[in-house]
Amino acid sequence: MRKSIRGGDLITLADVSRDAIVEVLDVAESFVEVNQRSIKKVPTLKGRVVASLFYEESTRTRLSFETAAKRLSADVLSLAVASSSVKKGESLRDTISTITALGIDAVVMRHMASGAPWQVSRVVPSIRVINAGDGQHQHPTQGLLDAFTIRQVLAERAGSRGSETGSELFHGLRILIVGDIRHSRVARSDIAAYLALGAVVTVCAPPTLLPADVSSWGVELSTDFEAALAQADVVGLLRLQVERGSGAFVPSLREFTSLYGLTAERERLLQPHALVMHPGPMNRGVEIDSSVADGSHAVIERQVSNGVPVRMAVLYLTVAGGEGDMS
Amino acid sequence: MSTFIIRGGTVVHAASSERADVLVRDGRIIEVGTNLNGTAAIEIDASGCLVGPAFVDLHAHLREPGNEAAETIESGARAGAVGGYGAVVAMPNTTPTIDSAAVVGYVYERARHAVIDVAVAGAITIGREGKNLAPMAEMAALGVRLFTDDGNGVQHGGVMRRALRYSSALGVRLAQHCEMDDLAGSGVMNDGPLAARLGLAGRSALAEEIMVMRDIEFVRASGGRLHFLHLSTRRSVELVAAAKADGLDVTCEVAPHHFTLSEDRCASFDPVFKVHPPLRSMADVEGLRLAVARGDIDAVATDHAPHTPESKDGTFDDAPPGMLGLETAAALTWDAVNGDAHAFFNVLSRGPARVAQLRAGELGVRRVAHGGDVAPGEDASLVIFDPSDSWTVDRHALQSRAINTPFHDMVVTGRVRGTFVGEPVWLNGEFR
Repeated sequence: MRKSIRGGDLITLADVSRDAIVEVLDVAESFVEVNQRSIKKVPTLKGRVVASLFYEESTRTRLSFETAAKRLSADVLSLAVASSSVKKGESLRDTISTITALGIDAVVMRHMASGAPWQVSRVVPSIRVINAGDGQHQHPTQGLLDAFTIRQVLAERAGSRGSETGSELFHGLRILIVGDIRHSRVARSDIAAYLALGAVVTVCAPPTLLPADVSSWGVELSTDFEAALAQADVVGLLRLQVERGSGAFVPSLREFTSLYGLTAERERLLQPHALVMHPGPMNRGVEIDSSVADGSHAVIERQVSNGVPVRMAVLYLTVAGGEGDMS
Repeated sequence: MSTFIIRGGTVVHAASSERADVLVRDGRIIEVGTNLNGTAAIEIDASGCLVGPAFVDLHAHLREPGNEAAETIESGARAGAVGGYGAVVAMPNTTPTIDSAAVVGYVYERARHAVIDVAVAGAITIGREGKNLAPMAEMAALGVRLFTDDGNGVQHGGVMRRALRYSSALGVRLAQHCEMDDLAGSGVMNDGPLAARLGLAGRSALAEEIMVMRDIEFVRASGGRLHFLHLSTRRSVELVAAAKADGLDVTCEVAPHHFTLSEDRCASFDPVFKVHPPLRSMADVEGLRLAVARGDIDAVATDHAPHTPESKDGTFDDAPPGMLGLETAAALTWDAVNGDAHAFFNVLSRGPARVAQLRAGELGVRRVAHGGDVAPGEDASLVIFDPSDSWTVDRHALQSRAINTPFHDMVVTGRVRGTFVGEPVWLNGEFR
């Protein structure tokens, strides 16, 4: 287990310790304050170059990372893969070598193939690699920002700052993850982060959307969605990835919704304090009803806005090694 | 042709072994005995080594014609010689496919100057598409004895059954790559908990085992001879053993990577570990090792599959499946047989030679018969194997054009000192 991500890559949360995660959350908290100023910029990464390399389109993650890098005063080199030499058949290795030759310090990368960031770190070990989502494997910054959001909300309710609480708010916290876990990199990163922080994680999905032997991940498996909802402190929904063929794993979206959708009726089963989360983009009316997404339990917008400080923290720790001016 | 004498090795026969010298003249073993008088012969010291029939590989992708950047018959044959092979069977998944007498003839022509004997497997169906039968009789007339769509399994049950029936009159054997496409899907590694954690799509063991079951029943119902290629699960090997016990003419092979490496290697996401069928669980690895040691299988075959560095340079999903095997198979097999020299030569030479039905003088097996005894009158297809030499596999030191060995940097024990196909081909680190 890595004790800290300082100076290293961030490719997976599976090997990151509780202390390392808490460190990211604490640093992110200090960056929240930066984002509330009128001049939202610190000189921490001045003179550094961060390349963003998205082989798979993503509006929110890309904007979030690029915003984070710019607020740290890094130069951002944004490669539009769809209109670049990649389209002409350039290999991942050559693309990486090319942008490396331009003198970059870090690459933020999203790729449709699981493990692609490892490929990059093998080719250019001197450059920090930050995984912005690889295939069905990991999406570590999403896991971190989800954990950050939970801690932030619970700490606010307790009248304290998250950084004063370390990981204690997670101890025994019941987190339910529902839906297409099999194809979800978000679920893999969320589960790793929540378990490391001490939460009790339950998963619930049609058997065809559960990964093989999911119980070996250290999570509990529920076959009774409504009972699990009633016990949960946090409910994490996942996007049913219809565009990737996940639809074939259930007879119909309608049937999925009738069994596993967080509908307005099921929302009433939730405990009053329960949080509802979704990594977006949502399929409103499939895994979540619109009224629930916009309702009082939902913290979905917070997740989005926390993306920037959490990614600032990750860039600060990995690229600057946690050194330099944060204010 | 030269006269040479291999001195002081342990000569391994099918059921016994002896400390003896071997005198070879004009490609034939003249005498086996102690303190042979070999004046005017080339002296070769084999003390501390095993001397047995040169190995036969049932399963090598030599990539010619079509992908000469990855391997050629010439480079693949050199890799075979270094690995102790006197003969290899070249797989037909080339471009164009080896599915006609014309392409068979072309490959034999290219193989004429190879350092070891190269036999050819023909395709079962035209273009390996699994639809229309290839002209197996025309290819058999040129000496082809093994037919396979390897790389693909013949998916359609009706086509496979027809192919078995048709071929049963030709004295040949079909060889099946067992994986049902509909179950293997787009999987890139063994299906199971590890694949799920890594977010890689799984290829299930069932995809293999169900085709093994299906094809055994076809042989039972319709006759024909069938060889099962690269079985990767314990259950598959058990199924074939049971079919043999029922008296069916089925044979099988396993590959060194499947009995040496487990799926855990895929956690590195290094495409060098991508292969079809995939590396399996530790339980399967152990099961296959046991099968090799006990002789439950007919052959260890390499599934030597060279790929250019650039094609193995991308993501795990995108990389083509396959890994090198010819130059490392002997050491890895030696490790699996626990020092049993008879089992060693049975699975590397005698068993595969029986399956391949290699005959001297036929096209493609131009020099000698393989897999015979080390005895006077037999052809000199021989290997000298030093069972105690430890060495480190170096992908850049291989004869193969490609470097995609999954055993790079691994320390292995057992090394080929000499390979003889009538005369010395590879001896003490040099080609002759």
